[in-house]
Amino acid sequence: MTNNSLQLGRNLRLIARLDIKGENLIKGIQLEGLRIIGPPNEYALKYYLQGVDELIYMDCVASLYGRNHLSDIISAATKNIFVPITVGGGIRSVDDAFNILRAGADKVAINTAAVSNPKLIENISREFGSQCMVLSVEAKKVSDNKWEVYTNNGREKTGLEVIDWVKKGIDLGAGEILLTSVDKEGTRKGFDTMLVKSVTEQSMVPVIASGGMGLPEDLLEVVNKGGASAIAMADILHYGRSNINEVRNTAKEAGFGVREYFVE
Amino acid sequence: MLNEIVVIDYGVGNLLSVKRGLEHCGAKAKITSKPEDIINAAKIILPGVGAFKNAMQSLENLGLIKVIKEVANRKIDLLGICLGMQLLLDESDEFGLTKGLGLIPGRVVAIPPKNNEGIINKIPHIGWSKLINPEEKLHWDKGILKKIESGDSSYFIHSYMALTDNKYTVAYCLYGLEKIPAVIQRDHIIGCQFHPEKSGEVGLKILREFCGS
Repeated sequence: MTNNSLQLGRNLRLIARLDIKGENLIKGIQLEGLRIIGPPNEYALKYYLQGVDELIYMDCVASLYGRNHLSDIISAATKNIFVPITVGGGIRSVDDAFNILRAGADKVAINTAAVSNPKLIENISREFGSQCMVLSVEAKKVSDNKWEVYTNNGREKTGLEVIDWVKKGIDLGAGEILLTSVDKEGTRKGFDTMLVKSVTEQSMVPVIASGGMGLPEDLLEVVNKGGASAIAMADILHYGRSNINEVRNTAKEAGFGVREYFVE
Repeated sequence: MLNEIVVIDYGVGNLLSVKRGLEHCGAKAKITSKPEDIINAAKIILPGVGAFKNAMQSLENLGLIKVIKEVANRKIDLLGICLGMQLLLDESDEFGLTKGLGLIPGRVVAIPPKNNEGIINKIPHIGWSKLINPEEKLHWDKGILKKIESGDSSYFIHSYMALTDNKYTVAYCLYGLEKIPAVIQRDHIIGCQFHPEKSGEVGLKILREFCGS
């Protein structure tokens, strides 16, 4: 193995990502052209029973309206789903984070509000611990080995370079990086491995690779070469092109550690 | 109220999931910071995410340190989860030396960012790790892991670890080459480094055992 991140005692995490608009699970291409898939918690429960390691709920339009509508959905999910839940979208303050944690989330993922107010990263990690503070980064390629940070679900440029921003975020207390390639998102063409590699090389905290997974085999490169600690899957699961068990087996056959889980 | 499992509320974190996990196991659960609820509880859960120092400060501000020590004296089952487990020990290095509850001998230290061979451990340790029965195999079959197979995985998320004597170590996990105590126990005082309420069926079995239901 070329990368040390998944040696003995380190397991690759398999995460289902649920993008939400209003009450619906949706899916877009490059974060645009959103299509309705169905009720989010039905999908979440299905993935839980398949043995997913974690769930991410992302309110896609929240930052446009400045609020997060996920509390009720999350609170309902915690009745029968017992794996970690990360919630993102529209979290702008320590109070917002507190409220969503109280509703049953384990971590908050923050992008737009962190860019406009980096101090928020520090405040949330101080209040709830850095393990709670996931820095969500939407990255768009500008040239070879250079990516720019976007906000508002891939709509707005920030002028920030991804690597600089990630380093700053970690210094401020981010405990994990959710790294979404805007270019690859929804395309099913595989992850942006170079993006992930350039970030994991600079990051002491775990990085979740997100965007582009079309086949279970797509995880091989982004873990081996990219050094991802976790992968986020959406499209590939929502449309039933694969399932958690298949993905886990692919990872296992490649020699990566994964959570032992037996489908009953 | 009798037969109720109390989840101590001292400000931070996802307490709802702990409550939901207990309810899923058929227990009656209450999230509370009232000393009288805690004193009268059938069993107690001390949850926790965040920093050691803040957590001890919050417990102190709510007047709960002496309450927890008192229930510990009265042999009521107490389960500390994640930071809640670490608080059971004597002291922690996190953001300066801080005294803990002192219910299990030991201290809390940072997970080393590099192992002996210079290989980097990404910190926090986040993910599913196998629960391993130590060679001494002292407590596994008697306690909350009774129904769990050695090798079953549970969900960890932490940057510090609770080091205690082998005689209190029920299970450990491996992160890189690091041996991290996963379950510790001294009499009726138990600590779980992982989150049973976030560890799927394995975690629910552990909670069920704790509830005695």
